[in-house]
Amino acid sequence: MMDSALCIRNVSKFRGKAKVLSDVNLTVKAGERVALLGHNGAGKSTLIKLILGLTGISSGKILIDGAKPGSASARQSTAFLPEAVSFHPALTGREQLKLFARLSGGAKGDVPALLDRVGLSDALDRRIGTYSKGMRQRLGLAQVLLGNPKVALLDEPTSGLDPISRQDLYAIIDELAAQGTAVLIASHALTEVEARTDRIAILRKGEKVADDTLAALSASAGLPTKLRIRANADHADEIARTTGGTRINGASVELLCAPDQKMHELRRIAAMGDTVSDVEMTPPRLEDLYRYFAKGDVS
Amino acid sequence: MTFRSFAIAQAEMHILRRNRWLFMATLIMVLFALALTFAGSAPTGTLGVDMLTISVASMTTLSVYLAPLLALMMSFDSISGENDRGSLALLLSYPAGRGEILFGKFMAHLAALSFAMVVGFGTAGALAAYYGGAGSESLIALGRLIATSVLLGAVFLVLGYMVSSLAGSATAAAGASAALWLVFVVLYDLGLLGAVVIDKGGAFTQNIFPWVMVANPADAFRVWNIAASDTVALTSGMTGAASALPVWAAPASLLLWPVLGFVMARAAFQRVEP
Repeated sequence: MMDSALCIRNVSKFRGKAKVLSDVNLTVKAGERVALLGHNGAGKSTLIKLILGLTGISSGKILIDGAKPGSASARQSTAFLPEAVSFHPALTGREQLKLFARLSGGAKGDVPALLDRVGLSDALDRRIGTYSKGMRQRLGLAQVLLGNPKVALLDEPTSGLDPISRQDLYAIIDELAAQGTAVLIASHALTEVEARTDRIAILRKGEKVADDTLAALSASAGLPTKLRIRANADHADEIARTTGGTRINGASVELLCAPDQKMHELRRIAAMGDTVSDVEMTPPRLEDLYRYFAKGDVS
Repeated sequence: MTFRSFAIAQAEMHILRRNRWLFMATLIMVLFALALTFAGSAPTGTLGVDMLTISVASMTTLSVYLAPLLALMMSFDSISGENDRGSLALLLSYPAGRGEILFGKFMAHLAALSFAMVVGFGTAGALAAYYGGAGSESLIALGRLIATSVLLGAVFLVLGYMVSSLAGSATAAAGASAALWLVFVVLYDLGLLGAVVIDKGGAFTQNIFPWVMVANPADAFRVWNIAASDTVALTSGMTGAASALPVWAAPASLLLWPVLGFVMARAAFQRVEP
């Protein structure tokens, strides 16, 4: 675990008497992309603030590349994209980024090249006040790329971005991970995080309720796979009766089955021969998983 | 590393130029200084002093009100405004320390304030000297007025940062700054005046009053400018209280306040959690 770029150990955080985070453990290795999911108030933003050293830890320990949160060395190796990032409207994109480059000291990125990388080269010398929300988000992303961070914390990075920009965003996240940055993405955008992250951690009321790969989470949650069987001619009723599924319209039957029963059901359906015209299979999606873990509903 | 402070200062200067604050502050200083110089030039003949001396005396009275006001208007939203906008968390995630950030802002704001003071008082002083003559003493008085005005501005800049850090929002900081201005510039003196009237020339008036007065940076500014120049004192008619104090009292107060204020602002900023 010592090779982890970001290491969170038994961290708890109280605000007054309310426990905002309780006993959270999380590690992100160099080059790993981890999604941090949770409802509003689940503690995602608090956890990010703790990592940044903006607020004190009540108990437990956080190490960023071996350094304490808020220390000069930790801040040097951390990049941060706040939720709904904002800048002073009177500065231009170039000036703002130049300021950040100088503040981060160390390795100075080529500012125009960085702005070009996020597609802002036309707006280089325009005031940020004239930028759209998406453009501000891109500028925020550009400052994340400054100076090869060891850890990147992205809070709701897709908010305010159109679908094409989201593709760019994830391309940049992949690039960061490829250069060895540990990326932690706090998000609601479940469907997008799904394919783009190595691991998923779910926070519920300040507790980490899940932390694994999507496949492993699906298996442990035991969520049913959905089979939709389209019947030929008037066989829908018959199929519904034999499989124990439910008719959802004139010609289709929907059937839920546990992960380990999937092949068994498929063989049964295959044996029905001509009465079945098509089978569509939907494995549990992240939304289902999220609902399962975040609500703690044990089915 | 003050290099980071310079980076902050440079960005703040861009902002002050863009939002016209530098221009507005300078314009206000020039207009008021000119108005006072020419409106207040009547007593030249009767007192037998040159016009620049009169001008400096009038501008001293002006600066007591205007320097703190301009300083507070520049500084009140420097922390709370960034916090409201949501850009403070990102700034604090960078390696620059809070002291460095504060000092960078201070450098930029002080530079803008100094520019406004030099141009404003300088223009009025130059015109007064051109029309009504100036001696070496009145030129020194003008230089002292500019330098002490900058110092007085520095005090209220750092007090503004402190208020900005303690207030929850920029709106609250604006209100608190107005209250701060009122207390230091108006109410403090009124309170002292009341105390002196009640005391009827007793021990308080004799021994304590001058020190309490000079502890207020605005009064220290007034005393310094008046005590240092006999002719300015003559025209302003304020010699009594100043003469009861050692020469170093007012300069010490005005030099100590920016340092003390910065330390307090730094401590207040530490408590800000974006």
